[in-house]
Amino acid sequence: MSLSVKQRGVVRDFFQVISTRTEDIGADALSRLVAVYPQTKSYFSHWSSTAPGSAPVRKHGQTIMTGVVDAVSKLDNLKDGLLSLSELHAFMLRVDPVNFKLLGHCMLVCMSMYYPEEFTPKVHIAVDKFLNQLALALSDKYR
Amino acid sequence: MVEWTDDERSIINGIFANLDYDEVGRKALCRCLIVYPWTQRYFGGFGNLYNAQTIMANPLIAKHGTTILHGLDRALKNMDNIKETYSELSMLHSEKLHVDPDNFRLLADCMTVVIAAKLGSAFSIDTQAAWQKFLSVVVSALGRQYH
Repeated sequence: MSLSVKQRGVVRDFFQVISTRTEDIGADALSRLVAVYPQTKSYFSHWSSTAPGSAPVRKHGQTIMTGVVDAVSKLDNLKDGLLSLSELHAFMLRVDPVNFKLLGHCMLVCMSMYYPEEFTPKVHIAVDKFLNQLALALSDKYR
Repeated sequence: MVEWTDDERSIINGIFANLDYDEVGRKALCRCLIVYPWTQRYFGGFGNLYNAQTIMANPLIAKHGTTILHGLDRALKNMDNIKETYSELSMLHSEKLHVDPDNFRLLADCMTVVIAAKLGSAFSIDTQAAWQKFLSVVVSALGRQYH
């Protein structure tokens, strides 16, 4: 389910629109992940708090979102562009890839909340495909 | 059996109390058919689904969106017994309609996105958690009678 040329344009344009709020979206999305899917907290047991909205959760959500925004600039070759991040997740973090889908869903919910007019079905499908491709590239080195 | 806190019951009842069934039902089903196009396989008799515009203008799809959302009413009124409440509907979807139960999850995700757009910041973290818990129980109940 790769992105057409048109859909890549849709993704780039939408991320331009949301550029001022990506930090909020990231922080909010990770908070929602641990609230809606509590099993995901298992990856963060070393933090002082894994509560939704807490400082470590929000900060890490922003970190992740920065990575997502960066991936938009590497849209034409995610596999090569995300090589080192893939190695990090494969050999060090070892996050089960099913969780990428769950976080992706929470990001889509935040985008829909913050940008109800702009997050049309056309944008939704393009961004969903992009997040899926991102997840695939991220799990490339797993095995 | 599923345990519901008072807060969760209140949140879910609150969402339904202020819901425009026609609008949300139509938008959620359209979004599902557009974002996950393979779901269109179940709607062969529904007329023109050629592209996003025709899907969103299709009156049969709009009507069916409303039907689906009213189907959730049953779960709302029987929150402590959703599994039994949906036993027949589950058999219908399995034996007669032959719907892959993974599609229930896809539609539920689209409903969440549509409700999020409608409620904006009112779709708090706790609200999303309660809402998705409710939908996951419904989705599970609908898939229960498959064999």
